[in-house]
Amino acid sequence: MNQTRRGFMGKAFGAVAGVGAVGALYAMKRSWDPLPSVKAAGFTTIDISACAENKLIVEKWRGKPIFVLRKTAEMVAKQDEAETARDVIVDGNHYLIAIGLCTHLGCIPAYREAKTDFKCACHGGEFDSSGINTKAPPPSPLVIPPFKINGTTLVLGESGPEYTKMKEAGIVA
Amino acid sequence: MAHFEKANSLNEWLDQRLGVNTLQRVLAKEYWIPKDINFLWAMGMVLAITFGILLISGIFLLMYYQPNVDLAFDSVNYTIMQEVGFGWMWRHVHAVAASVVFLIIYIHMFTGIYYGSYKKGRELIWISGMLLFVAFSAEAFSGYMLPWGQMSYWAGMVITNLFSMGSLEFNGLVEWIRGDYVPAQAFLDRFFMLHVLLIPVAIMALIGLHFGALRLPHVNNQNGEEIDFEEEAAKYKSGNKAASKVIAFANDFMSKDMFVVAVYLVFFFYLVFWNFEFAMDPVNFDPANGLVTPAHIYPEWYFLWSYEILRPFDKNIGLIAFAFAQVIFILLPFLDRSPNTVPANRRGLFKYWFWAMLLDMIVLTAMGKLPPQGIFSTIGYVAALVFIGLWLILPIITKLEKKL
Repeated sequence: MNQTRRGFMGKAFGAVAGVGAVGALYAMKRSWDPLPSVKAAGFTTIDISACAENKLIVEKWRGKPIFVLRKTAEMVAKQDEAETARDVIVDGNHYLIAIGLCTHLGCIPAYREAKTDFKCACHGGEFDSSGINTKAPPPSPLVIPPFKINGTTLVLGESGPEYTKMKEAGIVA
Repeated sequence: MAHFEKANSLNEWLDQRLGVNTLQRVLAKEYWIPKDINFLWAMGMVLAITFGILLISGIFLLMYYQPNVDLAFDSVNYTIMQEVGFGWMWRHVHAVAASVVFLIIYIHMFTGIYYGSYKKGRELIWISGMLLFVAFSAEAFSGYMLPWGQMSYWAGMVITNLFSMGSLEFNGLVEWIRGDYVPAQAFLDRFFMLHVLLIPVAIMALIGLHFGALRLPHVNNQNGEEIDFEEEAAKYKSGNKAASKVIAFANDFMSKDMFVVAVYLVFFFYLVFWNFEFAMDPVNFDPANGLVTPAHIYPEWYFLWSYEILRPFDKNIGLIAFAFAQVIFILLPFLDRSPNTVPANRRGLFKYWFWAMLLDMIVLTAMGKLPPQGIFSTIGYVAALVFIGLWLILPIITKLEKKL
């Protein structure tokens, strides 16, 4: 009788303590989560319909510079398939959307309107107007951030179908 | 209610209530240390004193430091360095001690490896010591974030990125650790908390375990000789101190210990007052900027060897090699299959293993600092492979070792 009562007390104590421990751990995990305000700031909405042709716009998303470039019809006509595959097409216009950090060591390349390309001042790397690396040292093209087309605006940080397609084709990074 | 006599002295009064005489006997007066040791046996005390110095200087820095991304850099580089009386001294003491403590840890570790002080009952001393190394590494990293300079920011970015586990792309985990997509306010605040509270508490608990694990097996000696501590203690207590192989921890051994500490402190304060620059990376005197990456990102000297094991490989293999390097030392007592507890120079192939490992870690450290180009990159790659290879052959060569 005594033994069963002790056994029961032990199990009851263990169960209550166990539930408490799991609850406490969950609360601790949640306290380390990014805050709602931080998460909300992780989505940047940009209206790209107002962009002028061949003029680079630099936005900021999650602490990183984002290049937005509306291409001229002439630029689009000259592009090859690999370049066009990286274009974000909104309302029939072609845009470059990319994280503006050189894939070599993270400097911010400058846009040269006359040559319609990017030049990184740090180590001389170059990218074409689709963000593809054309001159070493950068090892890979500029990274395309997750985006979702919403009418004439872009939501950065959310993966829309166009982004998912690019990602599956392996051209976003 | 227990029975208490009226005490005739303060000591007796305390002894009745706290057992201070028993404590003193167990922890000091009758805690026996072999005579056959050298100055390397004082490194534990040197480390304890250095930890104390870090704690005291840290308390003074804590009074003016601001864990805020807009204020942190100036609170260190202006308030503490320029305004607070002797603030510059606390900062230089803290920075130099944080660097030098790793030098002493490595000496302490390699002393243990050389003399086989991780075997035959001393396994837990080794394990708790390696856990202390991990805790000190975390403490050094979290502290490095606090001035919120360029190196703080980018080291924080790179190290937290390691938790994405390469191609597994655990980006959610990285964001959870940071509390943001990039190191920002939440990141600085939580690493501040880790640096000033959680990790120091863990370190103090581990130091307690480390000392506790030492008490029963006692410290090793220069010849790995098994000592009958009761018999030698009896000789000592009977007054025949010359014939006894042991001395008391206090005051005999402590007086010698503190002599080594004194010599060390002269060297330490020489560094603090005349040569502190090695502990102050110039890049970290630029405020953190998420839009500009420094040309070269490299860790402090004490992490270079493991950084160099990460660097020469592909992303995923590098991470696995890095993880291997982080945990493998802790397994030393179980990978060393030899029953011999003697200095490495009497242990056949292990003698060469010891010096090869020490040399390899020095090479890795040197290559980690150099840019990964040409011949340096090749040397680093070979040294990383040698490191892994040495650990893989350790059980085999120690198994082959003749029993002495």
